[in-house]
Amino acid sequence: MSDVSAQIEAVSPGAVVGEWEHVGELTVEVQKERIVEACRALRDGPTQYLLLSDVTCADFPDEPGRFRMAYHLTAIPSGARVRLRAWAGALDPEIESVTSVWPGANWMEREVYDQFGVRFAGHPDLCRILNPLDWDGHPLRRDYPIGGEDVQFSDAV
Amino acid sequence: MSTTDPGTQNFPLAAEGREALEAAAREQRALTPTERVIASVEAYTPEEAAERTLANEMLADSRPGVRQPLLLNLGPNHPSTHGVLRLIVELDGEVVREVTPVIGYLHTGIEKQCENKTWWQAITLVTRMDYLAPFANIKAYTMSVEKLLDMEVPARAEWIRVLLAEMNRIASHLVWLGTSGLELGAMSVFFYCYRERDELLDLFEMVSGERMNHRYFQVGGCSDDLPPGFVERVRTFAKEMPGRIDEYEALLTGNPIWKDRMEGVGVLPAEELLALGVTGPTLRAAGIPHDLRKVAPYSGYEHFQFDVPTSTKGDSFARYLVRVQEMRESLRIIEQVLDGLPEGPVISDDRKVVLPPREELAYSMEALIHHFKLVSEGFKVPAGEAYAAIESPRGEMGCYTVSDGGPKPHRVHMRDPSFVNLQATAPLCRGGYLADLIAIVATIDPVMGGVDR
Repeated sequence: MSDVSAQIEAVSPGAVVGEWEHVGELTVEVQKERIVEACRALRDGPTQYLLLSDVTCADFPDEPGRFRMAYHLTAIPSGARVRLRAWAGALDPEIESVTSVWPGANWMEREVYDQFGVRFAGHPDLCRILNPLDWDGHPLRRDYPIGGEDVQFSDAV
Repeated sequence: MSTTDPGTQNFPLAAEGREALEAAAREQRALTPTERVIASVEAYTPEEAAERTLANEMLADSRPGVRQPLLLNLGPNHPSTHGVLRLIVELDGEVVREVTPVIGYLHTGIEKQCENKTWWQAITLVTRMDYLAPFANIKAYTMSVEKLLDMEVPARAEWIRVLLAEMNRIASHLVWLGTSGLELGAMSVFFYCYRERDELLDLFEMVSGERMNHRYFQVGGCSDDLPPGFVERVRTFAKEMPGRIDEYEALLTGNPIWKDRMEGVGVLPAEELLALGVTGPTLRAAGIPHDLRKVAPYSGYEHFQFDVPTSTKGDSFARYLVRVQEMRESLRIIEQVLDGLPEGPVISDDRKVVLPPREELAYSMEALIHHFKLVSEGFKVPAGEAYAAIESPRGEMGCYTVSDGGPKPHRVHMRDPSFVNLQATAPLCRGGYLADLIAIVATIDPVMGGVDR
């Protein structure tokens, strides 16, 4: 078990589902209910993952968990990196917000909500960010069509 | 009320405010803070707004001594907001109580479109995000794909990438310095900066054929070798540029107006900036020397001697000084690249990924087949995920790619530093003057093409 998994397990036993090392990057998959605990453990741990570089999501329509969240953490000052992964669930995807650990997650999670429709429990301002507020659907889902949408804003010219 | 309602159709902003109300009503939930601000600043047509004069409002809430806050809509197309950034500012007199940035006006769905392009076609799209740092976008993307392919990039290609990335950093900082000067009323510096930027764009055109949005870097290296005369011209530029930077500094660094507008303006402790995800010069000006070129060297940055400028003040003036110093450090790197540029190929010879040389098509059937397959179907990338991060002029530019093993990406996500850094606007501006907000936004240096993608 890697250092990272050990640090998470020490604070939240049973949270780690698996870990991989691929193309030189460490990925640790955690249970989605434990994501905040895992993040806090790494931020406050000895390696000091103080910077949340990125929060994003990828859609796998054939997988049972469907929406795979990816959190990219960077240690300051060492620059070590780790990716946390968690599946948000196919029906009514929801995961706890990590804004309580890093306030900078605010816009990143709003973007995931906007583009994928994953809801973040405990997020202070969960509304659309890149698309217009009344947009229908979540464009980055794999089943969202790429062509043939109505032309938006044509009435605003 | 819908957007085609006759009362609002000529006033798109009024329509958009109502969209917020409609969306919340449909989902049977309360408005979020951002939606509430958008709705309250714009849910009225001019006729309705005329009814709601300040006098009328105060009649409605006429407790003596109650100060009425003012909601001011700045942008989305305001000359001082550095692009199509919209800021809704809650003012108490001239003091900023709260700022709500509203973004998305340049959203073009690049990440979605990438999923429908082959890996090499997507390069064209990602280059167009942060339009002031195209070489940074493309470098992060190609690095991520090269990671998944487990590909070796020739040394000469990496050095050329470093050279262009550093030239790009200078060009980007010049636009930042020039436009920041304009926004704060120092007009002449804009013309000085654009004079040198133009020389850089000429050089980019020389090497890639395009002044902006170059797709010169490819997966595996660079599309072509440096043209004849290029190195000499860059050398001349690098020799002249320090004197030019002295000129900008002579205009600004000791200028009492510039200092008054910048010093002590927009300060946050470094820990808070870090918690907000802020990277790049904005973070370094607050005292954390986090620069990916030093912390996690890529493309051979470990071979070059350069310093990471930092400051401990963390105000707008410190951000200005750090960026100016960064231009000087970039020039140091450029000179080292020119002195030690290794010979050799500029792109990998992996025929399953990289196009064969043009002349080979004339005599090699195999090269012709490879060329046809690469152009029509594209190359396949082994399944997996990779995150590559580089130091763009604005901070950590990351690219997260997921492959399902096919010729098209399953997911491309760009972590754009402008998008994340912009979150610091509100905490930096709170409690300051409205005029300081302009200086703060200018020194965060967001590029809206990168923010909205």
